[in-house]
Amino acid sequence: MAVKVKIPTPLRSLTNNLDQVPAQGETLREVVLALDGSYPGMRERILDDGGEIRRFVNVYVNGEDVRFLKGLATVLGEGDEISIVPAVAGG
Amino acid sequence: MAFERALRCRECGREYPLNPIYSCEFCFGPLEVAYDYDGIRQAVSRDAIAAGPSTLWRYAHFLPCDPQFKVDIGTGYTPLIRADRLAKAVGLDTLWLKNDTVNPSWSFKDRVVSVAIARAREFGFEAMACASTGNLANAVAAHSAAAGMDCYVFIPNDLEQGKVVGSAIYRPTLVMVEGSYDDVNRLCTELSMEYPWAFVNINVRPYYAEGSRTLGFEVAEQLGWRTPDHVVAPMASGSLFTKIWKGFQEFHKVGLIDEPRTRMSGAQAAGCSPIATAYEAGTLNFIPQKPRTIARSLAIGNPADGYYALKQMQETHGGAAMATDEEIVEGIKLLAETEGVFAETAGGVTVACLRKLVESGFIRRDEETVAFITGAGLKTVEAVVDAVDQPLRVPARTDEFAAALSARRGAPVGASAGA
Repeated sequence: MAVKVKIPTPLRSLTNNLDQVPAQGETLREVVLALDGSYPGMRERILDDGGEIRRFVNVYVNGEDVRFLKGLATVLGEGDEISIVPAVAGG
Repeated sequence: MAFERALRCRECGREYPLNPIYSCEFCFGPLEVAYDYDGIRQAVSRDAIAAGPSTLWRYAHFLPCDPQFKVDIGTGYTPLIRADRLAKAVGLDTLWLKNDTVNPSWSFKDRVVSVAIARAREFGFEAMACASTGNLANAVAAHSAAAGMDCYVFIPNDLEQGKVVGSAIYRPTLVMVEGSYDDVNRLCTELSMEYPWAFVNINVRPYYAEGSRTLGFEVAEQLGWRTPDHVVAPMASGSLFTKIWKGFQEFHKVGLIDEPRTRMSGAQAAGCSPIATAYEAGTLNFIPQKPRTIARSLAIGNPADGYYALKQMQETHGGAAMATDEEIVEGIKLLAETEGVFAETAGGVTVACLRKLVESGFIRRDEETVAFITGAGLKTVEAVVDAVDQPLRVPARTDEFAAALSARRGAPVGASAGA
């Protein structure tokens, strides 16, 4: 699946300042690993040592928090929009 | 004299300059203001604070902004009320209410915005913005109007009329987003990367959040430079709850009070209780929820400081409780009928949870307790309009009044319309 990934400001140093990049993958986990292939360092910024999404990172697929979906196992569709957003905002 | 030193990641400890940034570039942890506490210790004294203005600016040495940029419309130093009638009703010996309904836009959010807008002006921002469940929108719009700044406030589309009009009247650009607060917050987080505005609870959040410490400062000062045995405060993002405790700790750190031993307990609505649910499950990892509650000011399903709120309960031997919509309405009424304080729904949640925590024995009768009432009831009239007694309707004649009064008194004691 080809998807679009929106990159938050703190990760743009890894993407040559691009705020959106294309990626491939059947699941969210595959997309994160694919991103790490294109932009080395991405994996350790998004995932913790246990391979799960970091506590203070929110990931959305088409606007829905992946914790309401299947987390990293969420299956993606063609053209899905993935947003990576710092979690410490709001309130 | 400014004593803020740097921004520091609460998770990994990396430090950053004092810029409009909020999350650690490495681990995404929250950035928090680090202070020179030795400097503050030398600059402050009980007498000097007590001689200061009757606003939160009496604690200027503790605030991470330059007071010359302040927008002072009278926020803070609100009453701490001894609440004997409510204490008796819930079964406590000593209860105090921190009545923050009397701020300029009628909620505690004026505190955080006071700090955020001063810092934003210092940074040179020309426009203020926020994601809000309503109270923050009111406070940002009011302070921006007073400062003559452009203002963009984003709210969910299911808010009470009082909160919508209570923002619109200051003439910000008011944006109603289809969805819940969590949708609004995600949108604003993304917008904050595109627009050159000070989003008070996003890119200037480290400064903004520090404003809530003044609630802890005030309670300690108003109790005679000491802290209570127990605190009950409402939790939405969990930020207010953690900053009250931080205020107590800092007053100790700079030598103004003895070491605080307060047990910190949080209140949530049953229909949006990610933090209280995690507490009951004995975990620090909350699961986000889709809110369904009349307490819209607490309807944050994905709380930014939920993890820290849970840690704080553990550290202080505090706890959490949750209140159903019916209990929230009863809590608002009980507070009004016993103490003459009309709170919005978050106050109903706080009173209902206070009652439960006392009933279960979690708060002991002899624990001196402070309950934080954070917003005014006229903002959420919808919540109670069907639960209050209907007026006696009479022609302007004494005999008609007398007849109507006896008819009302003839009703069974305690009966009321609706519930």
